Amino acid sequence: MNADFFQGYKGEALKLLKKYNVRVWGQAEIDTTRGIFKGTILPRSENDDDLHIVVKVITGYNIGVDVTTINTMVETGYKKANYAIPEQEFPNTPGLPSVKLFGTGGTIASRLDYRTGAVIPAFSPGELYGAVPELADICNLDTEKVFAVFSENMGPDQYIALAKAIGKEIENGIDGIVIGHGTDTLHHTAAALTFMVQNSPIPIVLVGSQRSSDRPSSDAALNLMHAMNAAGNGDIAEVMVCMFGPTSDDYGLLHKGTRVRKMHSSYRSTFRTIGDTPLAMITRNSQTPIKKDYKPRRKDKNVDIKPFFSKKIGMLYFWPGMQPDSLDSMIDNGYEGIIIVGTGLGHVNKDLYPAIKRAKEKGVLLFMTLQTLWGYVHMFVYDTGRDLMAMGITPLGNMLPEVAWVKLGWVMGQTKDPVKVKEMMLTPVNDEITEREPYNGYIVLQGGVPEVENFIKDVRK
Amino acid sequence: MNKFDPKQNYEKTKKAIGYVSRKEATQKDYDRIGFMSGLEVHQQILTKKKLFCHCPAGVFNKHDDYDAELIRHMRPTLSELGEYDGTALMEFRTRKEITYRINNKNACTYEIDDTPPFPMDREALENALEISLLCKFNIVGEVHITRKQYLDGSIPAGFQRTAILGVEGEIPLKNKKVKLIQLSIEEDSAREISDIGHKRVYKTDRLGMPLIETVTYPEMVNPDEVKEACDYIRFLNRSTDKVRTGQGAGRQDVNVSCKGGTRIEIKGVAHTKWIPELTHVESYRQWALLAIKKELNKRVSNPKNWKMNYEYLDFDMFNITYEPIKDAKDNGFKLIAINLPEFKGIMSHFTQPTKIFANEIADRLKVIACLEKPNMVHTEDFEPIITDIDLEIIAPMLGAGDNDAQIIIWGPEEDMQTALEVIEERCQMAFEGVPEETRKSFHDGSTIFERVLPGADRMYPDTDSAPIPLANEYIDKLAKRMPVEVVDRFAQLRKWKIPEDTFTYILKNNLVPLIEKIVKDLKINAKFIGTFLGHKLKYVEGHYTAGAEFNYNVIYDLFKFIKDEKLNLNIAEEILPMIYQHPRMQLTSVLEDVKFKKRTKDELIAPVGFLLEKFKVINKNKHEDAIINWVMGELRKQAIGNIDLKELRKTISKLKN
Repeated sequence: MNADFFQGYKGEALKLLKKYNVRVWGQAEIDTTRGIFKGTILPRSENDDDLHIVVKVITGYNIGVDVTTINTMVETGYKKANYAIPEQEFPNTPGLPSVKLFGTGGTIASRLDYRTGAVIPAFSPGELYGAVPELADICNLDTEKVFAVFSENMGPDQYIALAKAIGKEIENGIDGIVIGHGTDTLHHTAAALTFMVQNSPIPIVLVGSQRSSDRPSSDAALNLMHAMNAAGNGDIAEVMVCMFGPTSDDYGLLHKGTRVRKMHSSYRSTFRTIGDTPLAMITRNSQTPIKKDYKPRRKDKNVDIKPFFSKKIGMLYFWPGMQPDSLDSMIDNGYEGIIIVGTGLGHVNKDLYPAIKRAKEKGVLLFMTLQTLWGYVHMFVYDTGRDLMAMGITPLGNMLPEVAWVKLGWVMGQTKDPVKVKEMMLTPVNDEITEREPYNGYIVLQGGVPEVENFIKDVRK
Repeated sequence: MNKFDPKQNYEKTKKAIGYVSRKEATQKDYDRIGFMSGLEVHQQILTKKKLFCHCPAGVFNKHDDYDAELIRHMRPTLSELGEYDGTALMEFRTRKEITYRINNKNACTYEIDDTPPFPMDREALENALEISLLCKFNIVGEVHITRKQYLDGSIPAGFQRTAILGVEGEIPLKNKKVKLIQLSIEEDSAREISDIGHKRVYKTDRLGMPLIETVTYPEMVNPDEVKEACDYIRFLNRSTDKVRTGQGAGRQDVNVSCKGGTRIEIKGVAHTKWIPELTHVESYRQWALLAIKKELNKRVSNPKNWKMNYEYLDFDMFNITYEPIKDAKDNGFKLIAINLPEFKGIMSHFTQPTKIFANEIADRLKVIACLEKPNMVHTEDFEPIITDIDLEIIAPMLGAGDNDAQIIIWGPEEDMQTALEVIEERCQMAFEGVPEETRKSFHDGSTIFERVLPGADRMYPDTDSAPIPLANEYIDKLAKRMPVEVVDRFAQLRKWKIPEDTFTYILKNNLVPLIEKIVKDLKINAKFIGTFLGHKLKYVEGHYTAGAEFNYNVIYDLFKFIKDEKLNLNIAEEILPMIYQHPRMQLTSVLEDVKFKKRTKDELIAPVGFLLEKFKVINKNKHEDAIINWVMGELRKQAIGNIDLKELRKTISKLKN
């Protein structure tokens, strides 16, 4: 029998299935020392052990049967499941804007993957329409799967491929672009696209979901509707992240690609603008600006695509008592630029000084960002800061650490000239460094007792 | 032409299907309609924490005591086998906005599906496995956590995490064995606060508490047998002492069908004593729906082509006296008249005592189209709302014939499309027989439509949780510490000659071990203790509020004290209300409180002579017992705790003569 018949099984379990000629998707009766179990044999996740066989019983539940208890088993039937999101042709409505959806993977639309036991992305316009028919009221949709990777596997090569694909679509005259993306590194990609796709005439909206679309309470459908509205009808022609504002099924927020960060491992409202306010509130049929100044939509098809990236860029998160070895090893391994994530106003300990000096000698460029995330690097306030600057570390204002890493990669993909690199790093493309931080830009609300507690109670989160 | 009388039609159809009340019904009646029933018994497990997060279990809050509120809308998703579930689609049509009220003391971000599950609580798993072993289930080799879709909002994730621990068990009843399908462990749902129009509100205190569900095969053939099986399972659960007790800790879904009918699930029955009436009424409701099916198919040769038609009405066309329709006009609602061809006499056809087929439609309008009741009037209302004059206007508009029935509905414009679909659907189903539903129960034994019955298509593997292996050694270890089986406990109670009417109370509260302990340690008669618990303690429970620290060990301490102090057992009843309310009170102080003084028999009977004389002076009653009763009454208070009252009476009797 073909290996496909035993999807995911190995070792003892596989031996037994083969011995008794029982296939995955076969209906089986298994006689064990714990009694008889009847049901459909399911594939097994690759990372699970080889001591159990998974069975779906008649009531729809799955159970595992311990192979050491099996006396005998027999296949009594065979029926393979066909898991497919019902596909319907996405209708074309004259008068609605045209939106292009790029798929990169992630949980926006997904289905079960037995190999890993996780959910895998799968979508076409038809599948999306089948799952979220409301999209047809917002725009005319075309989709393209650029690649299918999990968010954590997105990197420079994917940024470049995406930027180029976006450029082509803008030339073709699309009204808006949505990019479906896993959430883990959504903000890295948002920063990268901000730098690589400049002067866009149309909105470029990155969207993901924190709960996969295979669950009824998923945020995927609503996020998609919000994103499609922002891309098709919105006036903000920037690279943005569109995700839940509150954790309720209520409204979304549009965040600037260079100021946004994933701030919670699992909350729906995980994305937050740091050091500023979000751009706008968005629902499926409205958009309310929060920031008044933004780059508005234009009618032309001009765009500057700058698809560059150097991969020899690293990041170093400082810890107290840090020794020079880790920085030294980065220098020895040929890193050209390093973003340091320092404490407080932008500090590291004295122990690192020799390594920092060595970096300067070797021409490795060092930049300072903050573990506090909120606020500016201020290296003139204390001696340490002044020492570090004297050793060649460049402070990056209120640029977020991940954004700084992306930007340095993008800059050094274009030039290695230290003066030019510093100049480019300190010249904002789109508010990665802002001149002023508004008071409502710091939204950690723990300092508002009892007002904030009352707010949380009264306003649906 | 005789005027059609709906009330008469109701009585006529009730008789035609052969409805008898439960009191009159015999096994023959149930055999005739093919009564069949099975159970899904839910029981909360006693644990410190919830099943998939670290919130405390069993900490509750009032409706308006919450720290945050949030909203969700549910969307149906595909099952593992690539199908949509019918209930899920129905719930999606209701377009409900669901609000959750969260209190920080009993809910965290897991309950509202903003954090993935933590590993399953081991205490819950172990307690549930113990019960699985008691039910003789085949224990699975590996526990797989499955998601079971619930789009009604009772679980914020849209699914309940649940897992099977065992399949194919059995329980013994008086006359037969009942096979069990499976036992699963699952998280409890949120509690509904309100459900009005398109808004439903839940609180999340109970949400996520561990629960087991024991499912039987549909092998019970009459209403009493269903109750017997349910009691057995509940006693069995209680016998482990590892389950929660009290309001809502145990509840069951009862499945009923009749010959040619379908499986109907009556949800959330809180008391087993309601089961017989509910199952009885439901089996006849199905029998009635089958009669309707037969009648309709006789009238309509091709049911597939049956269609209703409708017209929007103008409120001004009528002289409206009916308040709900007046309100509808004021609210700017739409008014629609519907013609149901060939449905004359069907609308008022008997379905349940005091209920007719029209109720089936009204119930669905409330649940699916979110039209609050009263939501319709029709031509077969017992108290007619649609007058002949109204009908003269409506009938021609609809092109209605003599054999048709008409409905008028009202409601917000955006709900009318769904409402029309609901009515047409339900009428079309009448040609098929009994639609698959879950139904909500009422104390009087009646039920109303709750949801479309979900199937196996709502199951999906939980990709957030790893399977949990159950090794042989672990199962063997658990098997060694099983409590005595309930069937043996029944036998023990009979052997002790404890009255049968105490059995439910004793088993429900798992008191057999307590009786055994008192008998063994204190050498007190088992029949006395059993009766004391089943009658006296039960009475006290019903009439007083228990102190927070009360548990059944207090009863043991009471009898130990009586033995140690060499008191008569009859003092126990006297003290019981006091220690029930104040379990931490010293027993010696309790004695003072009931004004007990230790007296010898001689001290007690010393005043008897005087009292006998006194009675002759103050009372002329010649009845033989009157004098003894009076003297007993005078001495009773002092005697309790010191002497057996029968013995005292005998002594008085002797002294008198």
